[in-house]
Amino acid sequence: MSEQFEPVIIGFTCNWCSYRAADLAGTARMKYPANVRLIRLMCSGRLDPTFVMKALAGGADAVLITGCHPGECHYIEQNYKALRRYLLLRRTLGGLGIEPARVKLVWASAAEGAKLTHEITSFVEEIRSLGPLHWPQWDGAETSAPAQAPAAAD
Amino acid sequence: MTSQAIPLHLPGDAPHEKIGVYVCHCGTNIAATVDVAEVRDWAGQRLEDSGVVVSRDYKFMCSSLGQELIEKDIKDLGLTRVVVAACSPHLHEGTFRGACKRAGLNPYLCELVSIREQVSWVHTDKHAATDKAKAVVSGGVERVVQNTPLEPLHVPIHPATLVVGGGIAGIQAALEIANAGFPVYLVEREPSIGGHMAQFDKTFPTLDCAACILTPRMVEAGANPNITLLTWSEVVDVKGYVGNFVVTVNKKARHVNEALCTGCGICQEKCPKKVVDEVYEAGLGYRKAVYTPFPQAVPKYPVIDVASCTFFQKGTCRACEKLCPTNAIDFSQKDELLTVEVGNIILATGYDLFDARRIPQYGYGRLANVFTSLEFERLTNAAGPTNGAIVLRDGQTTPKTVGIIHCVGSRDRNYNNYCSAICCMQSVKFAHLVKERTGAQVYNFYIDMRTTAKAYDEFYQRVLEEGTLFVRGRVAEVTDAARQPGEEGQLIIQVEDTLAGRQRRIPVDMVILSAALEPRRDAKATAQRFGLSCSADGWMIEKHPKLDPVATMTEGIFAAGCVTGPKDIPNTVAQGAAAAARVLGMIQRREIELEPIKASVNQEQCSGCRICNNLCPFNAILFHEDRMVSEINPALCQGCGTCVAACPAGAISGTGFSNEQILSQIDGLLMLNVARQSAAVTA
Repeated sequence: MSEQFEPVIIGFTCNWCSYRAADLAGTARMKYPANVRLIRLMCSGRLDPTFVMKALAGGADAVLITGCHPGECHYIEQNYKALRRYLLLRRTLGGLGIEPARVKLVWASAAEGAKLTHEITSFVEEIRSLGPLHWPQWDGAETSAPAQAPAAAD
Repeated sequence: MTSQAIPLHLPGDAPHEKIGVYVCHCGTNIAATVDVAEVRDWAGQRLEDSGVVVSRDYKFMCSSLGQELIEKDIKDLGLTRVVVAACSPHLHEGTFRGACKRAGLNPYLCELVSIREQVSWVHTDKHAATDKAKAVVSGGVERVVQNTPLEPLHVPIHPATLVVGGGIAGIQAALEIANAGFPVYLVEREPSIGGHMAQFDKTFPTLDCAACILTPRMVEAGANPNITLLTWSEVVDVKGYVGNFVVTVNKKARHVNEALCTGCGICQEKCPKKVVDEVYEAGLGYRKAVYTPFPQAVPKYPVIDVASCTFFQKGTCRACEKLCPTNAIDFSQKDELLTVEVGNIILATGYDLFDARRIPQYGYGRLANVFTSLEFERLTNAAGPTNGAIVLRDGQTTPKTVGIIHCVGSRDRNYNNYCSAICCMQSVKFAHLVKERTGAQVYNFYIDMRTTAKAYDEFYQRVLEEGTLFVRGRVAEVTDAARQPGEEGQLIIQVEDTLAGRQRRIPVDMVILSAALEPRRDAKATAQRFGLSCSADGWMIEKHPKLDPVATMTEGIFAAGCVTGPKDIPNTVAQGAAAAARVLGMIQRREIELEPIKASVNQEQCSGCRICNNLCPFNAILFHEDRMVSEINPALCQGCGTCVAACPAGAISGTGFSNEQILSQIDGLLMLNVARQSAAVTA
């Protein structure tokens, strides 16, 4: 395994800010690694935590959540709700034995193509060093599973 | 097994939909980085189980031939879904939806996925980019299967328009709309409309007097029966959406009854309190506590400045009240909140001048005879504090040498990176006026001369011929510390003359700083109030910088003039008229189609927990106490989807971005990845 680990990251973007920031990054020919695949939502408030779990369960190594800066939400205040869900989600992931750092929240306005580019690049680096996502094996088959996991499996 | 994708659909489970995939080359924009043929073949073979029946590529899918290709397939092959892999949906979603509609397919059954802005333009490795393009196409295919046919919402357009800002951009826009026969509310926060242009003396390059061309427009706007002037007023709240905005305007107390006031001016004459006029006279002149900013003000009614009025501060005086022949002074007047309904809004709030004190080495505010461009405009103005005499700060000495510094706060990474667009021409105009009125020697210090519009360069050449000296170089310092004989008592401009290749010290009597145009200090708050976004510099962002310069990202809100960036008067006027044309187009249509992205509650599934009730900032969710279920009012729902994500019973669904659509898109995006992993495991 001399090859560099290339994570797959699902990114959720807001139609009004970060999706446009991604468009702007493209128009300005900024460069970032190809590991991130973006999904457009109307608002970061639309982000159902199920989407994140689904992505991680389906083979993604990490999830990037992006939205408008606090106070700049197109729908007044829904990005605050995204923030609350994000904080809860990180705790839930920790409880499941998954590094919370695999989910990241970034604010990026429509003008911040450069910021989004930078955030994606550094997030890919962080996940590369974290390595592939291994879901804890509850049946005890995997030796890397946490010690208390088999007991909880029953 | 090694090369086989994991099918998302079980074998034997025949796909319900017939999907066409169309991969665009965009010339070489996509094709140079993404192997388009490989993506096409991959989609045709691997996504067959998902329902892909045809997969094609084309040089320019958005061309009429490209669109016809899709239309023909819909008709000939009976496609029920279309996925186009090309540019951003913000650019061409409408184009491809239109093609589907023409071929008889519901436009919302078409999905445009971005492999240009999000793939070919941001990645360099062809292999990785092609893989990502496949994943993106696969995401689109899985998503489109879950799309449902939708009908756009039809919303009536209220015929009235709100224009915010009464400078030349706002006046032009208001007049165009009013003259076409539709009502306009023109809101201005100062006591009079006119804006910055009313402060100028001459306008470049024709040198016609600003007041001579502006004041007739102001009068016209004031007299037009279709225009409701709301001066000394500010927009405090904006609700609603395109076609139906409800705007709250704070009409500040004038303390002058407009119904009684004749604008005779006796109150201003008799008011004993004189204060420095920081706004209109740029701090060079005085006004009274009851005032109109200038004699030709529209409307003619004065306002009482409460902060400086003796009666309001000390409880005595009342001179204006006693002497007003029509008893129009009303000290008891209160601020008034007006609610107006409009279909469209034009934002023309203009700019603020860069505060030259921020560059201490140029000495503004410390060295008396350093002036800003706006101060100089007032100085040369025949109606200004010196009656047009160009004199030093002492009010009498005529300068013999004048230095004009360009790009003060512009094209400077310490302040603003952008070019303020008007300073070159403004400085050349100043040079001409100084020369003409005083015969003084004039030096212009510039980085580059930018005289790009009609008759601008000819004017520059004329001023060159008049003998104005142009020194190429950014001024390092303006100082009063004489170092050489002959410099005493003067301001010395220290500059590297980059054409002569040497340092120079040029003593002058007067310095004029051509200060940058900056976004309004409260631009950010304004942007938030109207639901717009500002660029990093603070200017409002237009919908498209080239193709849609007067529209904004928010439907029904347009922008004109310097609110989107520095502009000269001709461009500002053109934008005012352009924004008006866009609004008139909207009004003429009487109704518009809106994206049918709305949430709705399945009343059977709703448990009545009311979690969603408090999440909606638009109060679109109402709770039926009798049936214990929530319901969403589609007229108020803005489609953010926050309630959809929050419903623990999964009873709320959101059209266009349903759980099924997004979960399937996640599946699709990861399909390639899953295939790889299982290949690695079995290898």
